[in-house]
Formats: sequence, C-alpha cells, structure tokens
Amino acid sequence: MDALATTALRLGDDALILGQRLGEWCGRAPALEVDLSLANMALDQIGQATHFLALAGAIEAQGRDADALAFHRDVMDFTNCLLVEQPNGDFAQTIARQFLYAHYQHLLFERMATARDARFAAIAAKAVKETAYHATLASDWVIRLGDGTEESRARMRAGLDWMWRFVDEMFVMDETDDDAINAGAGVDKAALRAEWDARIDAILAQATLQRPPSRRPVLGGRQGRHSEHLGHLLSDMQFLQRAYPGATW
Amino acid sequence: MSDASKEWPLWEVFVRGKGGLSHRHAGSVHAADATMALEHARDTYTRRMEGVSLWVIPSAQITASDPGQADALFAPAEDKIYRHPTFYKIPDGITHI
Repeated sequence: MDALATTALRLGDDALILGQRLGEWCGRAPALEVDLSLANMALDQIGQATHFLALAGAIEAQGRDADALAFHRDVMDFTNCLLVEQPNGDFAQTIARQFLYAHYQHLLFERMATARDARFAAIAAKAVKETAYHATLASDWVIRLGDGTEESRARMRAGLDWMWRFVDEMFVMDETDDDAINAGAGVDKAALRAEWDARIDAILAQATLQRPPSRRPVLGGRQGRHSEHLGHLLSDMQFLQRAYPGATW
Repeated sequence: MSDASKEWPLWEVFVRGKGGLSHRHAGSVHAADATMALEHARDTYTRRMEGVSLWVIPSAQITASDPGQADALFAPAEDKIYRHPTFYKIPDGITHI
C-alpha cells in the first residue's frame, strides 16, 4: 500500500473502531440522554470511517470498498491506534478515552482541512465540526466527574490512568506519515502534541485532577500489533458480513 | 423504583427550526445543570437537522394555567368572532398576510 492509502486507512480504522466502541453503549448508558450523546458520537465516527475507508480503497485500487475494508480484514491488518480499541469499562473510562482522543482528532482535522490533497481536506473539513463537539462534550464530563463526588472522582481518575499509556502512540510519526506530508495529505502529528497537552491540562485543572504519571508508552497499533480487545470487538462487528457476505438490508 | 430525589431535574426544550421562526416546544430532557441540558437537548432534539437555535428552561420554572379553570379562562373567547381580523377586505396585490 502506498503512503496515502495507508494514511486514509489509519484514519478510517481509528474512526471505525472508536465508533464501534461507542456504539456498544447503545441501550446501556447511565441515562437516556447520555445514551443518545454516545450514539451520536458513534455515528459521527462511523460516518468518518466510511469516507476514509472508501478513500483508502479508491487509492489502493484493488477493488475493495469501505465495507470490504471494515468487515473483511483480520485483526493484524487493522491500523488503528491502541487507544480507540480499549474497552469501555465504566462511563468514566469511556469518557477518558473520548476526551484524550477527541482533542487529538480535532487538532488533526483542523490541520488536515487545509491540506493540499482536496480529498483528505474535504473529509477533514466536515469532520472537524463533529470532533469539536465531541471534545467539548467529553471535556464537560471530565470536569463534572473529576470535580464531582468522591466516587465519580475516583472513577474518572481510574479511567484516565487506564488510558494514559496509549496517549503517546497518537503522536508518533513514521515514514508513512512523512511521505503523506510530502504528498500533501499528511499532518505532522508530533507537532500537535504541545497544543494537545495545553488543552488537556486546562481541562484537568478545571476538573481538579492531576495528569496521570508518565508510564512506558504502549505502541504498535499502526503496525497491526493490537491488544486482545480488538479481536473480540471485530468478532462482534464483523459477524454478519462474515456469515452472510455482501448481505444488505 | 429509582429514588426520584437523585434524578437529574427536568428541563423543557425549545427549538428554533430556522432563522426568522420562533422557538417551539420540542420536549424535555433530564440534566444536572443548564450546560448539560443544552448538550442533551442538542443530542436529543436536533439530530435530524431540526434546529438552528436551542432554549432550555427548568421545568419547575414554568407556571401553568389550571386545567380546572379552563372554562373560565378560555370558553368566553369562543363566541367573540369579531376578535378575529376577518372583516377586513385585503387588497388584491397583497399575497402574504
């Protein structure tokens, strides 16, 4: 795969897996209104995934459309970062994941919206509005839970602790990313880190929470080295298309 | 039964469909405060492009008329048709009135 196809695939996989994770809350959220908030974000992510995976398939030109890439690849072919595949846990853990990822995604799409490659820029320009809301919503919940009751605070802290090891991977640059930048579609992710740190720290301060201590980062998602959680997610998500290939309704 | 005192309070949601129209009552949401109420209203009532603006008001802040007084309040208007502006001739050229 060339750099642009891989870049589109990574963006699509991040959105697809996060969307599936958020969708797992459907019917189970703490309140009906929160159920809708999570489902709305899930659908935004699935929409972004559809665009980026379709683009990846088109650039690759091997006859694979978005559905083929979503439902007929195995776990080691997925290129999402490890953060988005982490289990939902309790509501605070899900909010922690959403908070950390949405701010990254928002910064990324802000830059990508002005990319020279119009295909990437167009998807990013639409998605940036969606992710702005996701970042706000997740931040509000971090503040509420962090600066809430003793129990909500403990849960929010535990959620951030769980997710923190997977933060560094979002900003890692490799040869594919460099080639994508040269081809007019990529974003220097490492350069987003300072602003991401500032945004996260500002919200954590309002939430009266400390940044979790730095740990050895866990990497490998972009190369297909995933946690055991992704296999379970895929078996659920891909079941229907695997059992009845090409089924539509 | 869940403990009603631990439920988030109720908020009434008003949605402006598009610029120039007035806000209309859309329904209600539960939320801990006004910020959360707006987010819940956005996620519950504007998912299908229904709105360009939202109002939320604590349901407890609404004072409603007493249904038992409906006759005294509203029935007297029934036979006062002269209050409708239907006795005026509208000039031909005016189409939007």
